Parts: sequence; C-alpha cells; structure tokens
Amino acid sequence: MSATSAAETAQESRSTLARLTATRRAAYRADVVTDDPPQLTRGSATRRLTDQVARVVMWASFGLAMVPLVWILGTVVARGYELLLASSWWTTSQRNINAADVGGGAIHAIQGTLIEAAVTAAISVPLGIFTAIYLVEYGRGRLARAVSFMVDILSGVPSIVAALFVYAVWVTTFGFQRVGFAVCLSLVLLMIPVVVRSTEEMLKLVPNDLREGSYALGVPKWITITRIVLPTAFSGIVTGVMLGLARVMGETAPLLILGPYTKSIATNLFDGYLPTLPTMINQDRSEIGLASAMERMWATALTLILLVLLLNLIGRWAARRSTIAS
Amino acid sequence: MTASAAPSALGDPPAPTWADALTVPSRRGDRWFGLASRGAGVSVVALVSLVGVFLVSQAIPALAHDQVDFLTSREWSVGGDAPRFGILEMLWTTTTASVIAMAIAVPIGVCVALFLTEYAPTWLRRTAATLVDLLAAVPSIVYGLWGLVVFRPVVRPVEDWLSTHLGWFPLFAPTGITGGTIMFIGVVLAIMILPIVTAISREVFAQTPTPHKEGALALGATKWEMIRTAVLPFGRPGVVSAAMLALGRALGETIAVTFIVSTLAAGSGWTWSLLSGGETFASRIANNAAEFDSPQKTGAFIAAGLVLFILTFVVNAVARVVIERRKAFTE
Repeated sequence: MSATSAAETAQESRSTLARLTATRRAAYRADVVTDDPPQLTRGSATRRLTDQVARVVMWASFGLAMVPLVWILGTVVARGYELLLASSWWTTSQRNINAADVGGGAIHAIQGTLIEAAVTAAISVPLGIFTAIYLVEYGRGRLARAVSFMVDILSGVPSIVAALFVYAVWVTTFGFQRVGFAVCLSLVLLMIPVVVRSTEEMLKLVPNDLREGSYALGVPKWITITRIVLPTAFSGIVTGVMLGLARVMGETAPLLILGPYTKSIATNLFDGYLPTLPTMINQDRSEIGLASAMERMWATALTLILLVLLLNLIGRWAARRSTIAS
Repeated sequence: MTASAAPSALGDPPAPTWADALTVPSRRGDRWFGLASRGAGVSVVALVSLVGVFLVSQAIPALAHDQVDFLTSREWSVGGDAPRFGILEMLWTTTTASVIAMAIAVPIGVCVALFLTEYAPTWLRRTAATLVDLLAAVPSIVYGLWGLVVFRPVVRPVEDWLSTHLGWFPLFAPTGITGGTIMFIGVVLAIMILPIVTAISREVFAQTPTPHKEGALALGATKWEMIRTAVLPFGRPGVVSAAMLALGRALGETIAVTFIVSTLAAGSGWTWSLLSGGETFASRIANNAAEFDSPQKTGAFIAAGLVLFILTFVVNAVARVVIERRKAFTE
C-alpha cells in the first residue's frame, strides 16, 4: 500500500524492477540455500531422479529384509507361546507323552541343550583363545598364515561335514557308540573358528602401549598376556563365546547323525541319548499333521529362540561394556 | 645393577642378578605358555587336515565298490553287494539352489549394507544393524519349520503362475511337485544367508576412506553417484568374498533344507526345471542318518560329504584369496 501511495506513475518502473529483483533473489536463494550443503548445484533432472530411486531402493531393501524376521518371530511367538505359559513345560519331560497328546514338558531338551553347550564351550573356548593368542602375540611366518587360513576354512565347514568327520573317527574307526559327547566334539569344530576370530579381533585392539609398558617393568610375556592383555579384551571375548554358543545351540545336523533323541531326561553324555531342543522339534516332524505335535514344535522353537536370544543379548551387553573402543 | 640388566635384554647371557631371581621361574612359564598357544594353533591345522584325511580314507573303499560312475550317475542305492550311487542329481540341486539364493541375497544384502552405512539416519543405524544380525541368530531348524508350514503356501501360487505362463522355458517347466522345489529352497536359503552378506559388506563399506567420498561429493556427485564411484569400487572385493562365504553357507545348510525338500522317487526322469524337487548333499545325508549301519553304506554317504567338503573348501578359499588381495592393496 505504501509503495503505490505517493507518485504512482513515477514509481511504476522502479517498483517493477524491485519486484523482479526480489523474485530473482528468492529464486536464487531457493536454489542455493535450501539445498543440502554439499550439493551446490542441483544437477540434471535424470541424475536427481536416479539418486531418489536409489534412496527408495535402499530403504525398500531394508524393509524387505525385515519382513522374514518379523514374520518368523511373529509366527513362532503367536503359535508357540501358550505351551510356555504352563509350568509343566519347564518342569517335566516328554516321557509318556504321545504325539497326539497336547503339551508335555521340555526340561529334558533344555537340560540336554545346556549340557551340550557347556561341554562344547569347555573344550573349544581354551583351544580357541590359545589359538587366537598364538595368532596375535606369537605367530609369525608360514605357520601363522597356515593357522589363519585353516581357521577360515573351518568356519566354512558345513555342520553336516563336521558331524560326518566325527562319525568317521568316533564310530567307524574307534567303534564307539553314538553318544552325546561325540555331538559335542563335532560342535567344537564349529565353535572354534567363532571364538578364534572374535578373540583375535579383540586382542588386536589392545593398545601396544600396554604390552610395552608391562615388558618395560620386566614382566614376562606370558604374565603380560594373562594379566594385562586378556583382561583388557575380556568383554569382547565373552561376546565371541556367547555368539559361538548361540550358533552351536541351534545346530541340528550333528545331533541327527550322532546324538539320538529321547523323550526322557538324559544327562549322561556317554549314555547314548542326548535330547535337545532342535531334535525335539525334529521328532514331531513326522507327526506334523497333528495339531498337538505342531503346537509342540512351535513351542519348542520359541524356547530355543529365547535361549539363543538370551545368549546374544548377554554377548551384546558384554560388548557394550567393553573397555577398549572397537 | 642397571648396567648388567641392559645387555641381557639384548640377548647376551644373563648375569645372575637379584632381578633374575624374580624372573627366571616365570621365563619357564613363558616357554610353556608359548608352546601351549603354538600347540593350539597347530591342532587347528591338524583338525582341518584330519577332516580331509578321514573323509577320504573312508570314502575310497566305498567308491571302489561303486558299480556306476560316482560323478555322473543319478542313482542312489547304497545297500547290497552291488551298490550304485552317484552325485549328479545332488550336485545339481545343491548348486542350483545355492546359486538362486546368492542371486537373491547378494543384491539385497548389498543394498541393506549401503542402507546401514550411508542412508539410515543415525538413530536407526545401530538398531537396524542389530535387527539384521537377529536374522542370523534364528536357528536354521526354525527356518525349516517356518518354510515348511508358513512360507510354502505363500510361494506356491507364484510358482504355479511361473509354470503356467513360462512353462515353455525349461527352467520353469511344470513338474507336479507340490512340496519344496529347488526354487523354494533357494528363496529360503536366501533369507538365511542375507545377514552374512550384509554384515561383511557393511564392514567393508564402512572402511571407505572419507576423502574419497567427500571428493566425489565436492565434484558435484549426488549421493548415489558418490556410492557408485567411491564406495562400491572400494568395497567390491569385500562384496565378492561376502558372496562366496554366503555361498559356502548355502551349500552346506542341512536341517532347513531337510525340512522343506521334496525327495524325488528313485528313477524319476531328469528335468532342468527349478520347480522340481531333489535332495541336496546335506539333506540326503541327514535324511538317511539312520541307515549308517554298514561301512559300505556309511562310506557312500561320507563320499557325498567329501564332495560337499571340497565344494565349500574351494568356495571359502576363493573368498579368502580375494579379501587377502584387497588387504595387500589397501595397506
């Protein structure tokens, strides 16, 4: 209003110019200022379109990857939780429970899984940690390269091949029976590489200043390793062990070949029977048409997932408490 | 005192000092500890070698009795005096299903890895990475159960559509198999190996030097052009080795495949169709674990396991070589 009040005709051209300038300035600002800082120019339409398409594709693939996770976890929880609510699930075994009977207990399988995991860990954790110490603190030259290569190969060995190997040694060569301990031996093969790799990574992260400081005080190498290096890397090693255990607990193939399932509680690893959660699921597979068997399978799967997730959570929690930055 | 300690550190014969009195016993500990760790390393090498030795030694006698060519026969009857067994069909099913799994999982896995390193908002990054890792934490028998009961009915119509509309193409020829087809196994395996591809690719992408990325952006590249010109070329060896490791895992996956596989009747005709059934190495061994009663039968299955071992060995060794070469290049 004030711009056109005094001398309209005289100011007509000037105000047009001012308006034009203002719009140009606004357009320029819109072009430059509102863009993301790194993009000073906006590029051609095709390039911008490609960029947007790529962005959408990345988000979509993440969403796509989440579909099976949500789907699987959702199904297992929805179809299996009811049996877990009953206290008998956690206190009794499947003894005298037929496929057509509803429910029963899983304590025999939970016990079996835990025993199997504990024995496997007791063998593979020291072996794995010593191997990692060798690779980081001692290993030079050809032997170290060979060890490192073999650890990689071992991490790629399928569980069924590990089981066949133990079968070839334990049953065919030595003539022993199929027992739980043989299962543990084949699981050791699968767990060692996980422990070695994670321990190795953590030991590499321990600053050399700590080692040199210790040596400078005249502390022998082995005490430096056990008292300085290992405690510093401790939480990371725990993470590796937990993730390894989680993998081992979910394994089924060695159990099919080496560890016969039983419905009763069996805690002796040399006794011939090793009931575990994966084989308990497998047991009901032949009766999959029965609603009771199906429900039991989902409930067992949920129990197994809970166990594995618990180990994963402990592992991640230990990783977060780590004293050295990764 | 200090003067006599210094030369001993250089390797001269140690002069007896009070400091030695403290350290001499523990030097002995040093030797034991060194030996123990060396022994652990050697035992790992020995273990892997023993796997090979034992499998070979038990496979050979069985193979000697084989009445047909082990590599090219499709038959599998291991009992009796004249066993006839060959791996051709298992080899086809195993590799085809694994290749399908890789073809699906590698592109998606790489995209998810790029999402986690470049696109995800900071608050989402850690959670998203954990969620993807959770996929790896689900035990494979659960994948088998879910695949058999829940996922199969969903994929079935897709396969029906393929066989109706593209049935003229040999790979999609209708076969009448309603259970787990090779293609379905591939899809389930793809889900299972996705977290492996993602985890390794993510690690490599995160190592892309920031100057490369900033340089590309400074030259006016859009984000996608920056990824294409800086991140992807840098990460290519990592992606290749991730794909190889995932392939190795897919080849050897046992129980999930055992759950969903459709075993073909003995003597059924050869077909190229992906919509057909068939056993993989691992599923055949697992399905017949109860048959391990004579050395001859066991030997035949061990021979199949040996082939699987060699396959995964080669695939993993290739992955290792690729990533080693990259290390040499970046250091």
